[in-house]
Amino acid sequence: MSGTSTYQPRNAFLKWFERRLPILGLVHSSFIAYPTPRNLNYWWTFGGILAVMLGVQIVTGVVLVMHYTPHVNYAFDSVEHLMRDVNYGWMLRYLHSNGASMFFLAVYVHIFRGMYYGSYKAPREVLWILGVIIYLLMMATGFMGYVLPWGQMSYWAATVITNLFSAIPLVGEPIVTWLWGGYAVGNPTLQRFFSLHYLLPFVIAGVVVLHIWALHVVGQNNPTGVEPQSDKDTVPFTPHATIKDSFGIALFCIVYAWFVFYIPNYLGHPDNYIPANPGVTPPHIVPEWYYLPFYAILRSIPNKLLGVIALFSSIIILAFLPWLDTSRVRSATYRPLYKQFFWLFVAVCIGLGWLGSKPPEGAYVVISRLLTAWYFIHFLVVLPLLGLFETPRPVPSSISEAVLRKAKVAAAVIALAVGAGALVGAPRGAAAEEAEAPPMLSWSFAGPFGTYDRAQLQRGFKVYREVCQNCHSLKLLSFRNLAEPGGPGFTDAQVEAIAAEYKVKDANDQGEIVERTARPADHFPPPFENDAQARQVTGGALPPDMSVLAKARGYERGFPWFVFDIFTQYQEGGPDYIVSILKGYTDPPAGVTPPAGTQYNQAFPAPHFIGMRKPLTDGQVDYSDGSPQTVDQYAKDVTAFLMWAAEPQLEARKRIGLQVMIFLLVFSALLYFTKKKVWATAH
Amino acid sequence: MSSAEPTRRDFLYIATGAVGAIGAAATLVPLIGQMNPDASTIAAGAPVEIDLAPVAEGQIIKVFWRSKPIYISHRSKKEIDEVRAVPVNSLPDPQPDQARVKDGHDQWLVVIGICTHLGCIPLANQGDYDGWFCPCHGSQYDASGRIRRGPAPANLAIPPYAFVSDSKIRIG
Repeated sequence: MSGTSTYQPRNAFLKWFERRLPILGLVHSSFIAYPTPRNLNYWWTFGGILAVMLGVQIVTGVVLVMHYTPHVNYAFDSVEHLMRDVNYGWMLRYLHSNGASMFFLAVYVHIFRGMYYGSYKAPREVLWILGVIIYLLMMATGFMGYVLPWGQMSYWAATVITNLFSAIPLVGEPIVTWLWGGYAVGNPTLQRFFSLHYLLPFVIAGVVVLHIWALHVVGQNNPTGVEPQSDKDTVPFTPHATIKDSFGIALFCIVYAWFVFYIPNYLGHPDNYIPANPGVTPPHIVPEWYYLPFYAILRSIPNKLLGVIALFSSIIILAFLPWLDTSRVRSATYRPLYKQFFWLFVAVCIGLGWLGSKPPEGAYVVISRLLTAWYFIHFLVVLPLLGLFETPRPVPSSISEAVLRKAKVAAAVIALAVGAGALVGAPRGAAAEEAEAPPMLSWSFAGPFGTYDRAQLQRGFKVYREVCQNCHSLKLLSFRNLAEPGGPGFTDAQVEAIAAEYKVKDANDQGEIVERTARPADHFPPPFENDAQARQVTGGALPPDMSVLAKARGYERGFPWFVFDIFTQYQEGGPDYIVSILKGYTDPPAGVTPPAGTQYNQAFPAPHFIGMRKPLTDGQVDYSDGSPQTVDQYAKDVTAFLMWAAEPQLEARKRIGLQVMIFLLVFSALLYFTKKKVWATAH
Repeated sequence: MSSAEPTRRDFLYIATGAVGAIGAAATLVPLIGQMNPDASTIAAGAPVEIDLAPVAEGQIIKVFWRSKPIYISHRSKKEIDEVRAVPVNSLPDPQPDQARVKDGHDQWLVVIGICTHLGCIPLANQGDYDGWFCPCHGSQYDASGRIRRGPAPANLAIPPYAFVSDSKIRIG
């Protein structure tokens, strides 16, 4: 986007057009002829990756809006409708929700890369500040997007984050009320967040254009930090950078697809599959993993106002980085001391992320405070002083000279990859730390090739109908689902017969509400008229709806298991937990008396008092296929059924996932060899 | 880069480009497919049964099937005779009345109440032909739902239906 274009179209029409709107010349000079330093390493491909992720988020987001209803009464169900009924809806939603995480993962790599190689220094200060603005906009967008599914975490994230503004003296409370549009987070809040969540990505796109413009004015930094001096130091953007970026993007997509198709709920929190309840805050609320370091900083300060100031300062301080770093050498490659402080800073950020997922108590608080202090010391003390005291290693006179010396980046690559892995795993640090982890069972639907066991689903459905259904609704499920592919495999005739056993309310021609026989298209009718009646019948506790229960439950995996889970694709925490609850009814230990209306259940989080009476006993449900009629078998069968009810598209997801993975591997390999060919002449 | 002889490098570039194009095309499948009717919409489009017993002679009722208005007309002898007396060849969309009703149920006309011009809903018992009149652009249909005058190109469509008994039909 700089300088006069040398682009000369040959076609007469293009010449005519170019004289009137030189957009082809702009594209040519910006993305084809643009000279890019020849020594850029793969960390530089994250700029292209981020552009792709922004595009993916906008495209999938626009599609999700076609099916989403921004209203407190419908938001949660409309998301579930999308996941269950819309063609490929589950894929588009998982692409969007995991896409947000991938976007942040890439932006963190991009920011740390800029810090390592001093990309913020003159003349790139404005470029850097535009990046900080993009990051701030991303945080706002990500937060508001997380609110939209209107689960428990959505609701309480909205409450906690908006309450940050209540710390402002005098005008704090009016500001928060203004943000909410009410006395608490409610429908007006949801609707305005929806509106802004749609708007902000386009604002981001606009600032990205400025970011790229500024980049193309000052030119790209490079691993040596030495400006290109001659044509020997650069190569044309196309094909060199284009093909290298494409290869980096393809590799990144493999990671992305791994999450989307195999562990789509790994980065989320089970509590967000519980519909928002303004009356109950979940015991451990944590933000999305990408906000955890800032959350830790907020909580480490014991004063409300100061905590909020520290939170915002920790982000705003990034904008001042070009002036806080006093060294005239850009790249950490030639700054032995800064390099160590850089990695220490990375470790501090990851540490803060881990602490942000921990409850704010005991040693966690102390460590949080130390790391928060270091976070600011790094910027305010270390960076200014290093420039004065550090003796840089000799900087090469040109890029060409440096290319001949092979940089040792392998160690850095591994360190950052491990760090990123630890960071993405961090949010697991919540939920019922006191309860013993339930045993990991073997499920037919686990792993990359998992499928549901049809017979088991049918048995589980029988258990549901004869036992659970007396108290628990299954309102997101329709009878027709029982015959759909990837489910229990009932025939259409069987489904008609099952539906005919149920009565649903409908209006007749005279306008009276009457009961009629259910049809396959109907949803499972709830056992109670409303929540109040349910509480009345069960003696106080509200039996939760079971539609997404298997995804709404889980337990803390702890370190290092949460890291391994990424690779082993362990997604069955919910089912394992439910089985352990169903089997967990024991006599209370000596001296423990459950309060009236509760039972002792060793698998239920401490103090182990559960409102549900022991639901299953041996021999209670008759199986016709010879399976053991035991509590153990009933528990596994009904849990498998609930997992299917919560994730009816699981088989399609894993099947398409395999196809996508094979495609991406082939495509990446082709891109790799193409890249080698293209660059063969450049080296 | 281009030479008369295809080289191994050319093959690699073409293969990479082709695989990339396949990937881009495959990506469009979910993006386009999501706009087709979803499973709940399709399920809600199941057949509906209509009881005809309460519909008096001369009465026209409107029911809905797949979100479309369906007119069910209980025609009088006079109306039937009238529409059958019209020379078929003189009609814009020639079709005998017998082809628009079920054998033995000549009094029952079941049509989709959507004007074949541009989709408005014609008003029943209006117009010059004892049938329907579309207020949008003035199309007129007779008691057999056939277009007689105006811009509409075709007769009112007949939905798929069958008599499950003498006084009950199943649409869809």
